[in-house]
Amino acid sequence: MLGYIWLFMIMASVVCAFITGKMDNLAAAVTEGADKGVKLIISMAGVMCLWTGIMKIAEKSGLTKIIARILSPVLSRIMPDYSPDSKAIQAVSANITANILGLGNAATPLGITAMKEMQKANRLGDKPNDSMIMFVVINTASVQLIPASAAALRQAAGSADPYVILPYVWITSLCALLIGITAALLCSRLGERRNQNG
Amino acid sequence: MDKIGIYAVPFVIMFIVVFGAVRKVDLFESFREGAKDGIGSLISIAPSLIGLVLAVNMLDASGFFEIICSLLSPACNAVGIPQEVLPLGLIRPVSGSGSYAVLSSILEKYGPDSLIGKTASVMAGSTETTFYAIAVYYGAAGIRKTRYTVPAAIAADLCGMIMAILTVRCL
Repeated sequence: MLGYIWLFMIMASVVCAFITGKMDNLAAAVTEGADKGVKLIISMAGVMCLWTGIMKIAEKSGLTKIIARILSPVLSRIMPDYSPDSKAIQAVSANITANILGLGNAATPLGITAMKEMQKANRLGDKPNDSMIMFVVINTASVQLIPASAAALRQAAGSADPYVILPYVWITSLCALLIGITAALLCSRLGERRNQNG
Repeated sequence: MDKIGIYAVPFVIMFIVVFGAVRKVDLFESFREGAKDGIGSLISIAPSLIGLVLAVNMLDASGFFEIICSLLSPACNAVGIPQEVLPLGLIRPVSGSGSYAVLSSILEKYGPDSLIGKTASVMAGSTETTFYAIAVYYGAAGIRKTRYTVPAAIAADLCGMIMAILTVRCL
């Protein structure tokens, strides 16, 4: 997938530069671009490590477990195929907590575990049940306390205050979460109605 | 509104560190371990980030973004989307490193504290690499069909993009 996007980007840039007559700009951009990538990683490193370090303390202190325990009854209400104390919901809430706290490294394996647990009780075979879809949709809304990588990129670009975006990010991702959940519930109802009529 | 972000960061750090101290966590050792994880994940995304920053830089120099933006600007103006953030909206659901590369080029061009820079940052911070997440999670569980996953997830993504524009402009 990424291979095709990359191919497209490189081909499009050469064709565009040919049309717009910016070939000399493009040649300069090739050498400069690779250099920029390395600089970007170095200038992001400080902010990223600060947050992965702080959030590791949150994980070790049991804060993540406390949040997960609060979340699991709420989650099992919108994922009614699984009970709050099922392994599936436990893994789902651990994954969502890790996402909220920005523990990216921990979140993906937990999400995979959650999905595998949910699949065990899935009666639709290779189709996801409503709860599994709900889980993916919640994940794509990306609710997080500290958007560390966006802040790190702002810092790298010389922002006077990389963290001004926090309240906007909170409001935006909560709205996205609500719309995602609503859309998933609506689609599921529509599907049911169609099944009944058919 | 801007004050909230400034107050939140020191308080979050203090709260977590104090909570850790109360729970008798080896604070500095845990911080070190976490920071090491951070370095590890940066190193693991480094090769793709370098490749994608290169490609975005090439696109930028070739005038590609200007062509796309001018093609889409009538539609964007009609609904009030700043055309400069469109490239980010296009790559965000597909590639994480790709959207880092695009965000960084937008921040560099328009300034991180400009309206466009802030909007793009909020967009990147509050949406996910939707298609990647779907592929990884369903792939791991052996799910082949997606039913209504994609439309529901796209609804959330679109809402995130629109709200990013609205919150930054209005609050």
